[in-house]
Formats: sequence, C-alpha cells, structure tokens
Amino acid sequence: MTTRRNVLTRSAAALGAASTGLFLPELARAQSDKVRVGFMLPYTGTYAQLGVSIEKGFLMALNEQGGKLGGKEVEFFKVDDESNPAKGVENANLLVQRDKVDVLVGTVHSGVQMGIHKVARESGVLSLIPNAGVQVATRAQCAPNVYRTSFSNSQPTLALGKAMMDRGHKKAVWITWNYSAGAEALEGFEAGYTAAGGTIIEKLAVPFPSVEFQALLTQIAALKPDAVACFFAGGGAAKFLRDFHAAGLSKTIQLYGSGFLTEGVLEAAGPAAEGVLTTMHYSDSLDTPRNKKFRLDYVKAFKAQPDVYSVQGYDAGQLLVIGANAVKGDLSNKSALYAAMNGVTIDSPRGKWTMSAAHNPIQDMYLREVVKGENKVIGIAGKAVADSGAGCRMG
Amino acid sequence: MDFANFLIQLLNSVQYGLLLFMLAAGLTLIFGIMGVVNLAHGTFYMLGAYLAWFFTSHFDNLLIAIVLGALLAVAFGWALEWLLIRHFYKRDHLDQVLLTFGLIYIFQEARSILWGDDVHSVAVPAMFNGAIQLTENLSYPVYRLVVSAVCAGLALGLYLLISKTRLGMKIRAGAFNREMTESLGINIRFIHAIVFAMGVGLAAVAGMVAAPISSVYPGMGSSVLIMCFVVVVIGGIGSVRGALVAALMVGLVDTFCKVLLPEIAGMAVYMLMAAVLLFKPEGLFKS
Repeated sequence: MTTRRNVLTRSAAALGAASTGLFLPELARAQSDKVRVGFMLPYTGTYAQLGVSIEKGFLMALNEQGGKLGGKEVEFFKVDDESNPAKGVENANLLVQRDKVDVLVGTVHSGVQMGIHKVARESGVLSLIPNAGVQVATRAQCAPNVYRTSFSNSQPTLALGKAMMDRGHKKAVWITWNYSAGAEALEGFEAGYTAAGGTIIEKLAVPFPSVEFQALLTQIAALKPDAVACFFAGGGAAKFLRDFHAAGLSKTIQLYGSGFLTEGVLEAAGPAAEGVLTTMHYSDSLDTPRNKKFRLDYVKAFKAQPDVYSVQGYDAGQLLVIGANAVKGDLSNKSALYAAMNGVTIDSPRGKWTMSAAHNPIQDMYLREVVKGENKVIGIAGKAVADSGAGCRMG
Repeated sequence: MDFANFLIQLLNSVQYGLLLFMLAAGLTLIFGIMGVVNLAHGTFYMLGAYLAWFFTSHFDNLLIAIVLGALLAVAFGWALEWLLIRHFYKRDHLDQVLLTFGLIYIFQEARSILWGDDVHSVAVPAMFNGAIQLTENLSYPVYRLVVSAVCAGLALGLYLLISKTRLGMKIRAGAFNREMTESLGINIRFIHAIVFAMGVGLAAVAGMVAAPISSVYPGMGSSVLIMCFVVVVIGGIGSVRGALVAALMVGLVDTFCKVLLPEIAGMAVYMLMAAVLLFKPEGLFKS
C-alpha cells in the first residue's frame, strides 16, 4: 500500500540521491564531449608523494598535447585511494560508476591495484597502471583493457644476477620482507642469478613490515657470502642500509638490490648507502638528451624535481595520448584504441621501451651505484628485459 | 649455530627486548593503573623519533635533543591527559579505543603537516659512533649497547620509583583500590596525570633513543604498537616487572625464530602469547 509518507520519503531519497550526484553523471555525459580521466592514487599517507609525482608526470604528457586528448578537452576526476586495499574496489567503482570515467589511472599499492583490476576486468574500462608491480595483473589475470607503464616486481631483480656474476660474486644471500612483492622480487632474482651461474646459499625473510634486521645480519655474517641481494623500500630500506653498514658488513660484503632500495631514501641512509649497487629501469642521473629535457620541462612546470614515479606517470600519459590520437578522442572505440596501444614503442625519459603482449614494458635495466648520495648509472644490467607474462591469455 | 653466533644473537635479543620494554612499560602502566586502553602509544614513539630528528638538525647534539624532547613529550602527555584522557577513565573501553584511535590519525596528520612524509635519519653521536669487532666480518655497533644501557637504566629507575618511593606507593595503592586511596586523601587525579605523562615520556624517549639506529619514517609507530600489546598481555596487564620479563622473552623468541625457524618467524611471538595465556590466562605477573 502506498501511503503519503512513503511517497514523501521516496521522493526525498530520490532528490537526495540526485543532489549528491548519483544521477548527474549520465546527464553530464550526454551534454559534454570531453574525455573523462579518473585518477585513483594515494594523496594522503605514506605514499602521498608518489601519487603526486605520478599525477604531475601524467599531466605533463597531456600538456605537451595542449592539454587535450585526441583533440578533445579533458575532464579529471580524483579519488584518494589512501593505500587501503580494503577500499580498493569501492573507490574504483566510484570513478567508474559514479563519474563514468573513460580511463582509470592508478595506483601505487599492489593490494589496492587488485581492487582496481577487479573493477577494470568487470567493467572493461581502460586501466593504466603507473606503478604497482603486482605480477598477476599482467600474467594470469591480464586483460585487453589493462596496461602497465611501470614494471613487474620481478623485472628489476631479473637483471641483477648477471651484473653480480660479472663482478665475480658467485655466492649470494637473498633477504627481503616476507610478503608478495618480496616473493616476486625473489622470483626474478632466482631466475636471473641461477641462469648466470650464481648460487643462492640462503634465502632470508623478515616478517613484513618489521624493521628488526639485526638477527639476520648476524646470520649473514656467519654465512660469509660474496654478496647480499635484497628487496626493501621506503623507511625499511633506509633502516636496512644503515643496519647493514653499522654491523660492519659493508666492508667485506657487496650489497645489491632492486632499485627501490635506494630510491628516495639516500638522504636518510647517508654514508651507509655509498657503493650499494642496484638495478632499475630509471635513474634521475640518466645522461640522455631525452631525460635531461624531461627533467628541465618538469621543473619548469611544477617547481619540483621529477622521480621514477613521475616518469611512470608521464609514460602512462604518453600511452594514452597515442591511443586517444588514433581514435580522435573517442575512447569508446575500443578495438581501434587497443590496436593503437598494443605493441607500442614509448619514447620515455628512461629510454625507449615497447609494450609486451601481456601489456607490461619490455625495458632496459640500468646498473646504478650510489656515489656521493646519488644513484649514478654505471651501465646497463639488462637490455630489453621482459616479464615472462606467464599464463596470460588475452581475450 | 656455533657458540659465538649464539652469544651474538643473545645480545641482539636482549637489545631488542629492552627497547620493547621501554615502550611496553608506559603502556602497561596506563592500562593497569588508569584502565585506559591507549592505541596512540605507538604514535608517541614515532613523534619521539621525529622530535629527535628535528632537534638534532637544529642543535646537532642528540643528548640535548633527548632532554628537550623528553620534557616536551612529558608536557604534551600532561596536557593530553588534562584535555581528553581524564574524561574517559570511567567510560567504556570501547570509547577509549575510539578516542585513542582517532588520536593516531590526528598525530599522523599533524606530523605530515609539520614534517612531511619523508624518511629521515639521525646521526649516531660521534662519541658512540664506533663498533666492537665480534667475529672476522661482524662488528657490533657501540650505539646499540648504549641503547641497551639506557633502557636498562630506565627500567631500574622505574622499578625504584614504583617500589621504593612515596609516589610509587601511591601509584600502587591507586591501582589496587581507587576509592579507598581517594578516601585517604590522596589526589588520584594528580597521580593519573603523572602516570600518563610518564608513559608518553617513556614512549617518546624510546623513539628518540632508537632514532639513530632506526631511520625516522611515518609508519614506524604502528608495527611497534602491536608488539607492545603482545608484551603487555604476556607480562600481565599493569605489571612493570611482567613487562620486562615479557619483553625479553619476545626479544628472544623473535630473534631466534628469525634465524632458526624463519617459516614461522612472523607468528612466533603470537604463538608464545597463546602458549603463555593457556597456562596463565591473566599473564605472567598479574598482580
């Protein structure tokens, strides 16, 4: 039975929903002829800096096109993902369902990425991953509408093994946090180092996110390896570098790592980081005209120094520009859009790279040494390093 | 594992355990005497570390930084007790959890606004910037021994304060029977303010002392907090002696499991906690 009160509450609810914007996007979309870009990035918390860098890099690629995509105006929507995996799906849905974005750009945290990935696979919306290295996104769960412009977690360490063998370090200890990114980094290291003829004499793991390394450093000293290879990032990386140095190990044992070991923590690590060797797809000090121009333009535009995250965001922007130009800004023309983006070669500040069949960059890995508080490129550890893309079936 | 290695790991365990004790002591006092569940305890550790970094970058002297930081932290704790905590003594534990959980967010954001989200480091004071050679390729940093000594000293001081002084007597009496103590004319509110400020001070000093060995970064308080709760629960809520024994046990189990049984290292301390609670549901030293 419909009472007067029912009618009233229902219309009130409908009005309320309309005013909060639940119904508005459909209207807005019908009227506007803009490309709708959604950023789902961390704007607060530990990864806030990374999110900001990615967004700036992305905007720079668009600004090089006069701020347009395929000749069309661009409209931006932003959601702070808070690096909270529990809200990953919900936040991605906000952008896809409420804001009706044509493309979703995000994110940093691998756990959150899995939420985005679920939504991307279900809705078919174009998804560009500017950082998260979680491998399944471009392996068993790869999708035609999901592209990564950063790296897979095992990629930097894949190139590490040969560089270590070239330097005569035949017996190594591996150490990382006991979590998925650490395990994926180990997978790359194991494959690369064993193939180059090296032996991993022990694999050590610290519970994530514990930073009590002392016990395992003692263990490393007892094992007497030629070298130690590791994967740590952020505050834990700085602490590991300092502890390794303070324990006196850096005098006798060469420390290697995935590039994130020395990204953004060099000031905090101080002298403890000197001489540490890492492999990664970028370095601030990369001495190429392309990188120099990028860095100069970036500083001019944003009054801030770019980092690896800016580059990854910039390349996500470049990739979208290529796709959007091919379809004249009509991102709903998916077959033509994907055709333009598949197998593309991106002229990046990190050097030219190509998109693999599984939508992950095939890129050079640089060998870098920390010299006077800077990641100095001392060579190429691996040419055109590709992720295996194991189990990926596009369809 | 050879004997020398074993001894060094023992040293590592004790050092880690003593640092944990510094943190857990404040938590257990606040919990046991005032009945306040303080989830923000870990952020005081983080704030301490940031204070150490901030002051050393101005004065270039860790000792001055620690003295200044400790005073500031105690004053801060006092103000916090006066403003917020005292209104929650008689409230449900859930209300206290909500309050202190909110405080975590506020302190994190304040830190972010004041000092940013970058990773920082504090230099080890030149005086202790050496190492003792233990084996041919392993040396033990002198500063870690200093940390152990400072923590052990504070533990002793705390013990003397609580068991030998008049103030300690009042604190113990207040914990044992609040109404009776009040009716004897002892100002229990004042005692509570002191205990809370002392707890905040201890956590901050732990953060400051640890800053040179642990780099200073935003999330450093949260993982430590969980370990503190484990220590408090094992030791028995409110018992400082229990916290000391439990912290050393946790240090031992954590260190040796990392080395000998890495597969279960992540949960070893929780297994220890479960085992203790099986036989002593109130913790080892529940008074």
